[in-house]
Amino acid sequence: MNSSNGIHKMERWLWPILATALFLLLWRYAVTWTGTKVFPSPREVELGLAQLFDSGVLYHDIVDSLRRVAIGYLGALCLGIPLGLLFGWYPALNQIVNPVVQILRPISPIAWIPVAILFFGVGDHAAIFLVFLGAFFPIAVSCVDSVANVPLIYRRAGSNFGLTPPHLLVRVVFPAALPQILVGLRIALGIGWLVVVAGEMIAVDSGLGFLIIDSRNSGKRYDLVVGAMLLIGVIGLILDVLFRRLETIKAVRWGIRNES
Amino acid sequence: MSATEKAASTTEAPASGGRVKLRTTNVGMIFQRDGKSLPVLENIDLEVGDGEFVCLLGPSGCGKSTLLSAMAGFLTPTSGKIRIDDEIVRGPDPRRIFVFQERGVFPWLTVEGNIGFGLSNLSRGERVQRVNHYIKMVGLEGFERSYPHELSGGMKQRVEVARALAVNPDVMFLDEPFGALDSITRLIMRGELLRIWHTERKTILFVTHDIDEAVQLSDRVVVMSARPGRIQQIVPIDIPHPRDISSPRYLELRDGILGQIGLAHRL
Repeated sequence: MNSSNGIHKMERWLWPILATALFLLLWRYAVTWTGTKVFPSPREVELGLAQLFDSGVLYHDIVDSLRRVAIGYLGALCLGIPLGLLFGWYPALNQIVNPVVQILRPISPIAWIPVAILFFGVGDHAAIFLVFLGAFFPIAVSCVDSVANVPLIYRRAGSNFGLTPPHLLVRVVFPAALPQILVGLRIALGIGWLVVVAGEMIAVDSGLGFLIIDSRNSGKRYDLVVGAMLLIGVIGLILDVLFRRLETIKAVRWGIRNES
Repeated sequence: MSATEKAASTTEAPASGGRVKLRTTNVGMIFQRDGKSLPVLENIDLEVGDGEFVCLLGPSGCGKSTLLSAMAGFLTPTSGKIRIDDEIVRGPDPRRIFVFQERGVFPWLTVEGNIGFGLSNLSRGERVQRVNHYIKMVGLEGFERSYPHELSGGMKQRVEVARALAVNPDVMFLDEPFGALDSITRLIMRGELLRIWHTERKTILFVTHDIDEAVQLSDRVVVMSARPGRIQQIVPIDIPHPRDISSPRYLELRDGILGQIGLAHRL
């Protein structure tokens, strides 16, 4: 029993590690075979990142990107959850605003960049605003849908115990909808992380997005471009893994499907 | 009390001194579906005594659950009136708790949290005491901190019954509460429900499509016919508790109801 579990556990790590190694190997030899002078090899990327890390620039860029995402995302949470709950709770209200939401929602946050700069000028606020926009719609929409999907039986049970509508919303509807809401929050965090990179390329002069565009513009340092890209991927993965830990809390785990 | 005396007191009107707890007068319900009106209930006249155990029995789709939902205040009848303690029912009320199949347990709360759900107006000490009392009554000691998804169907059903009992209602509406349980657990739960009913003396309205269940549990069985749902017959069950479910009287009553529904007692 134990030994087969051990093998199983090892395999869970073994194949992903092999796949990653294969990817790096392919990359390395593709650089050699094509004879490119611009695109860096994995080793060059590693050296470039190490150099940046030693100078302390990398640390600041990472912190700046994370800070912008955190503020924009928190803002989207603070506004998106109450509004989403409200509109989910009053379907008539939702019908009124839904057309506007459905038109605004498919607009990529990147398309908002000029408007963001017009509103906030070049700087932190514009980038944060873009993250907010990117995260707000998925959060609000998932709240509306989750609340609408709460089984009638829970609402009836809640009202049977004499709860007034505000109490019913807080004590029954919100916790009943929470597992589904969390799925929306997780998607929104992913989008926030996508958007901050785009925002930083144009609106500010720090952060991982700026690092990419700056490395390209000042001396075609493609080792740093690729390094920053990889870092963005790794940090995005870490954010997602951390968020998924929320889903193991018992008060929500009942409602989360076990897909990978 | 001997069997005959008990029979005499239950055949006529409701048991327990005849004080009427719940009365429906000429209740009708019409649903609107795709522009067509669908009569679901018609001419429901029923009196239920204080502390009485009444089963609503009928085939699926006969409107028995609809009637129960209307009595609990979740639905408003299209015509007629439902009164509890001579007061017209206008909505759900903590004095009358509806027990769904186990699906009504809140999955985001522990066993304790569920049972204490209706007790937020009590002080912490009182609440803990009340919750513990009912956890014990339904035999869930040791599972106080468990979440519903960690429990079996029968245990979840106990949680729901305990949650209802904890707010000390006068009336409990049970909608096929044991329908989703396996037959052994179902039998055990029936025994437990009777034990609780004997100690707490609530008025119970119990919806089922199981003839045996109805005859085993109730003082009177309200047999309903389908589309639209009407009361076909009210059968008093004059067998004293604990009921011998192989006694001639039991079989006689059960077969009588089987015949009433139009089923021969042979497969």
